[in-house]
Amino acid sequence: MTHLVELRNATKRFPNGKGGIHTAIRDVDLTVEPGEFVAVVGPTGCGKSTTLSLISGLQPASRGTVEVNGRAVDGIPDGVGYMFQSDAMLPWRSVLANVAAGPLWRGENKAAAHDRARDWIARVGLEGFEGYYMHQLSGGMRKRVALAQTLVNEPSILLMDEPFSALDVQTRALMQQELLRLWAGSNAAVVFVTHDLEEAIVLADRVIVMTASPARIKAGFPVALARPRDVEELRTTAEFVDIYREIWRALSAEVDVSRKTARKEPNRVA
Amino acid sequence: MSLDSVSAAVLTDEQVAADDGNDLSAVRAARRRHRGLVWALRVIVLVVAFGTWELLATYVIDPFYYSKPSLIADRLWGWFTVGTSKGSIWSNISVTLQEAVYGFILGAVLGVVLGILFGRARLLAEVLSPFVQALNAVPRIVLAALFIIWFGLGIQSKIATALVLVFFPVFFNAFQGAREVDRNFVDNARILGASRMQILWSIVVPSATSWILASLHTAFGFALIGAIVGEYAGASKGIGVLISTAQGTFDSAGIYAAMILSTVLALLAEVILGGAERRLLRWRPPSPATAAAGI
Repeated sequence: MTHLVELRNATKRFPNGKGGIHTAIRDVDLTVEPGEFVAVVGPTGCGKSTTLSLISGLQPASRGTVEVNGRAVDGIPDGVGYMFQSDAMLPWRSVLANVAAGPLWRGENKAAAHDRARDWIARVGLEGFEGYYMHQLSGGMRKRVALAQTLVNEPSILLMDEPFSALDVQTRALMQQELLRLWAGSNAAVVFVTHDLEEAIVLADRVIVMTASPARIKAGFPVALARPRDVEELRTTAEFVDIYREIWRALSAEVDVSRKTARKEPNRVA
Repeated sequence: MSLDSVSAAVLTDEQVAADDGNDLSAVRAARRRHRGLVWALRVIVLVVAFGTWELLATYVIDPFYYSKPSLIADRLWGWFTVGTSKGSIWSNISVTLQEAVYGFILGAVLGVVLGILFGRARLLAEVLSPFVQALNAVPRIVLAALFIIWFGLGIQSKIATALVLVFFPVFFNAFQGAREVDRNFVDNARILGASRMQILWSIVVPSATSWILASLHTAFGFALIGAIVGEYAGASKGIGVLISTAQGTFDSAGIYAAMILSTVLALLAEVILGGAERRLLRWRPPSPATAAAGI
């Protein structure tokens, strides 16, 4: 049976800038099914994001196979959306022009693209801000624009690379809730990379723990919490705390390893 | 503390609004006063500088060599009312301006196109960069003489001189701008479905625009220099010709007068380019440095 996303023995190496080779991920096996919300957690800087860039086709794997929809990834696969850690919206374009960019680049006519963009801007709660430039928006609003920009293409696989890590705690919780609301109506699979275990459990159906660098898959944990979820309330429930404890046992060992290597290599950017 | 004093300390919304209004107008008035002060001081600097020159040239140094503001003003007045030895002053200004503007436009377009091309085509840049550096090292003013041989004494040779002077600063900035495009923007656009051409047009070109615009400010000055030097080397009309004629007749006031004319032209172009830049870069957040950017 084919999976929506399948990585087998995927390995990615980079030149590390000091004449050597840095292995970001090693022998990663991962499958994602349609409509599934998978969170990937691991120590900061372990190579979680590399997994996403392999799935997105932005970078080829050094070894192993990466398949999306049963086809080996070669270039950007159809149906992939990617929300980056830092803002990637164009500062010289208005909110509307940024959100309409995807459909326009894909050859849709201007009127239809703008209609669709307006619709998504309203869905992420930014009605009335169509004409604003990025610097006029708050951090949370920019994330909403990024969401609209990605979702307007109606991706079947949504890759998210610590998208809310730069937000303050309250805004982050709000955006998590928004993401769940938008995802619930979309039928898309999500691969959500984060170093925040709480965030991972609150959002996902399944939490994958990765090891310290070079990252491998350490373990996967199903999150059997009922949906729809209220992200604020969920954190205080007994089931949440149980799951958190279980996964944290696996994760904390890796965080320790990662801290020790970071102390040994002070030059490495965490 | 009594209850009365507590309630007295609570402001109504109207009072707060009125206070805000007062604060705002106070800030505006202070800003106006500050601007007035700056302009007054600028005028004083000018008056003191020219006054000293005038006095020195009248009582101490020889105005034949160094001229003085009253003589220069007199010469300018003569040019505008009577005309110059090379016809009306407006016809001379118009020739110089045409050469500068054509040279500027051609040099800027060529610089932008080649700069962006080199910035995106890695191999091309690697292969050709030593040659570009070598060409840039050629003292380009000398080319004015060569261009007169190639294109004659007419307007073409001056356009060519202005062009080569404008090309390099614009080229290097466009090159740098095209290179320093945010990787994130490009990745995001690729994911959203942009083709290579679409990335070039919607991401690379706008990213490089602020770099290019920055170079255009100095580039128009270079275009004017190119035109004037070209005229100085050989022409029948233009500000450079006025300068060389004045030099030939030991008319130092004439040289200064032509200098002032070209300065005014450069400043006018700066105002126009500044306006265009503000329009094109409307999306940029207002930076605290803008206030100091007057220089």
